[in-house]
Amino acid sequence: MNPPLVKVRVRGAEADLHDPAPAAHIETLKIDVEHLSFFYGEKRALEDISIQIRPNVVTAFIGPSGCGKSTFLRTLNRMNDIIPGARVEGRVCVDGQDIYRPGVDVVAVRRKVGMVFQKSNPFPKSIFENIAYGLRINKLTSNRSEMAARVEESLHQAALWDEVKDRLHESALALSGGQQQRLCIARALAVRPDILLMDEPASALDPIATQRIEELIYQLKAKFTIVIVTHNMQQAARVSDFTAFFWLGRLVEFERTDKMFTAPSEKLTEDYLTGRFG
Amino acid sequence: MTASDTARARKVLSALFVGACALCVVLALVPLAFVLFFVVSQGVQSLNVDFFTHNPRPVGEPGGGMANAIVGTLMLTGLAAAMAVPIGILSGVYLAEYRGSRFASAVRFAADTLNGVPSIVIGVFAYAIVVLPFRHFSTLAGGFALGVMMIPIIARTTEELLLLVPNALREGALALGATRARAVFTVIVPAALPGIITGVVLALARIAGETAPLLFTSFNNRFFSTSLSQPISSITVQVFTYAISPYEDWHRQAWAGALVLVSIVLVCSMAARYAAARVASIRGR
Repeated sequence: MNPPLVKVRVRGAEADLHDPAPAAHIETLKIDVEHLSFFYGEKRALEDISIQIRPNVVTAFIGPSGCGKSTFLRTLNRMNDIIPGARVEGRVCVDGQDIYRPGVDVVAVRRKVGMVFQKSNPFPKSIFENIAYGLRINKLTSNRSEMAARVEESLHQAALWDEVKDRLHESALALSGGQQQRLCIARALAVRPDILLMDEPASALDPIATQRIEELIYQLKAKFTIVIVTHNMQQAARVSDFTAFFWLGRLVEFERTDKMFTAPSEKLTEDYLTGRFG
Repeated sequence: MTASDTARARKVLSALFVGACALCVVLALVPLAFVLFFVVSQGVQSLNVDFFTHNPRPVGEPGGGMANAIVGTLMLTGLAAAMAVPIGILSGVYLAEYRGSRFASAVRFAADTLNGVPSIVIGVFAYAIVVLPFRHFSTLAGGFALGVMMIPIIARTTEELLLLVPNALREGALALGATRARAVFTVIVPAALPGIITGVVLALARIAGETAPLLFTSFNNRFFSTSLSQPISSITVQVFTYAISPYEDWHRQAWAGALVLVSIVLVCSMAARYAAARVASIRGR
């Protein structure tokens, strides 16, 4: 048995970038994961993962298929709860609060930590109703005009407003794939989360739609903390500030993106980035 | 055998099978065509305004109609639907949501068994449970018997349709902060709604044609009644009564009754298809 691959701590990343604070103190961390392990029944899918994510940065999770990056992403808003036999050990703190502590309201967690899925999943309702759904179920608006304003705001944020403003009450399923995915982003933004988790949001899209999503991610980071899973290393390099490399359920390296893609500290990362496996 | 021989043999075999399939389709449709042909050709002659507006005349007196039976059938199926649609759909939701649980498996098995129970047995059951305590036949008892027949059909159809809804929709709703129940009733059930509507109407069409469960529950009534606690006439029981009678005029009325019943079922099915298509088109599918 090899020694643990690495214990990763963010060092180079603590300085500069967009955060005026010179060091990432606990209070300024958006997500703080400590010794997280995840099990599907007996099978351990994630092993002892610790990672610290600051607000308003984009973090990309990369790694070969089945490395656990999506599973890890889904532990951040407890989406894995719905899988029978799933079990979590360790802590996941969002804004200093452990979301796996007993008594935590999962609904509140998911509202705060929004999610966009690999395959766009608009509800079979109108464009308007798709965005309004989260507002309705969480009773976030008190009247119709407020709701309409929130819907418009969300569509603007997702750079979709101009394309759909004249057909808000038509079916969301009539939109193109790229538009549907931006609709799903708008839908997630409507409930005003702090964090946006994106699970390969552009993997089913053509290059132009992908580019739009990437531009969008870049704009959104001013307001949100974004974690994106991608199997596309170029995409990780383009959109993210930090990159985490997963391999066999472990976090091998977590580093500033520019540094990771130029001088990774782990041999394994380098091998993966240079295409020697994966 | 040469290669071209093999190819020819394959072609012949293929043509043979396609031909056999086509033949079977035709054979399957022949009875349906004959039933429709007879019902329409025999029924049309006896259909007139009186048939819809008058009640049966006393024995031996020609004329009269089935107004009471038409209203009766509508009331009976309406009652059955009022009972079975909510129970059936909610059970279907339960079966789909807790499909792995032992209780759900038991319920599923029970529903399938109930589905296969002969309708006359359901009638006996309704007789014991509703007719005996009240000491007389009633619309309520008939509606109950038909409702019992509808529940398993609707429950299983609903379950099947809910399982077809992509899991991604559920995850999308949960990720927005929906509770499980919320996700089911605001996203998953609406997504399956066109199919559920069709399923409900097919169940209605099926029970509208039932006679056996009504024979000793709602019984029959020669007079016009809308009372829930009194016996009520229904098209099927009336057709049965008339068809086994020795009177020529009643035979003709039985054909007319059969035609009306088939038409009601047809109209309901078309209305349901239209409704389902409307619901689906609003969502752009």
